Amino acid sequence: MTASTSETATAAALALGDDALVLSHRLGEWAGHAPVLEEEVALANIALDLLGQARILLSMAGDEDELAYLREERAFRNLQLVEQPNGDFAHTIARQLYFSTYQRLLYTQLAEGTGPFAPLAAKAVKEVEYHQDHAEQWTLRLGDGTDLSHERMRRATEALWRFTGEMFQPVEGVDVDREGMRAAWLESVGDVLRRATLALPEGPASGAWRAGAGRQGLHTESFGRMLAEMQHLHRSHPGATW
Amino acid sequence: MTTNDWPLWEVFVRSRRGLSHTHAGSLHAPDAELALRNARDLYTRRGEGVSIWVVPSAAITASSPDEKDPFFEPAADKPYRHPTFYEIPEGVKHL
Repeated sequence: MTASTSETATAAALALGDDALVLSHRLGEWAGHAPVLEEEVALANIALDLLGQARILLSMAGDEDELAYLREERAFRNLQLVEQPNGDFAHTIARQLYFSTYQRLLYTQLAEGTGPFAPLAAKAVKEVEYHQDHAEQWTLRLGDGTDLSHERMRRATEALWRFTGEMFQPVEGVDVDREGMRAAWLESVGDVLRRATLALPEGPASGAWRAGAGRQGLHTESFGRMLAEMQHLHRSHPGATW
Repeated sequence: MTTNDWPLWEVFVRSRRGLSHTHAGSLHAPDAELALRNARDLYTRRGEGVSIWVVPSAAITASSPDEKDPFFEPAADKPYRHPTFYEIPEGVKHL
């Protein structure tokens, strides 16, 4: 492997690994706060699945702890979607629906290929299918539930919509058919939203800022606070172990 | 949306093919589909199961503790009802 292909593979592993790590941390924030105990366990389960994926991916890019705990905000390559605050439960579910549908399509394609991510993708796609099912079940119940739950679910799908376009930007080293993925994603998410008596939001699917977004290290306001909380223990006690 | 609004469900898990479903515990869920998923997350996350049943707790009729004596006491002193006089062939499991 030449230096440049290995650098590409490292950058790609960082992008995918950061997605999993950051979303895992966000879901972990529900611990102790979820609407019901059963749902808290479900979200923690999903968070742990994602953390396992993050560990494998970040280890492909370097030392996992160093990468997770010692990088500055601008060095993170995750999508802005996954760093969005949990908001109310509907926001968390909308974020899950958008991301897990994308991640299932991504891993399905990667698993069929021969690239460095094929083994991980083949294993993780089963986890992600469950994440998607979980998000779908809740989207249906909140969207087609009470007036209040419908309104909150609608608000959440619309608020997060502008972060969805970034998922289909090409990432060097992640060899997938992005256009095919976008079409399949729109069909799948659109179908769930329709059954939930909602509709695909109509606004733009990405921000107007041409400098790029999460994949270029540009993050939204709340990400710094999340990172500070995630990293402070390791930074306060470097090298500490259980 | 509070737990108080959600009915209670009893969870039965089959740990392996060939064994019967065993009561694993109970949980709250708004409907059967989500009860099944909650059960998966609560009771099978360490590979404990290959099949799950969920049953509304309200659908279960239980024997009353007050009737314990007439129900169970008479069976206690009839050892001839127990199949302890057979030899079990080697290699038979789960008996």
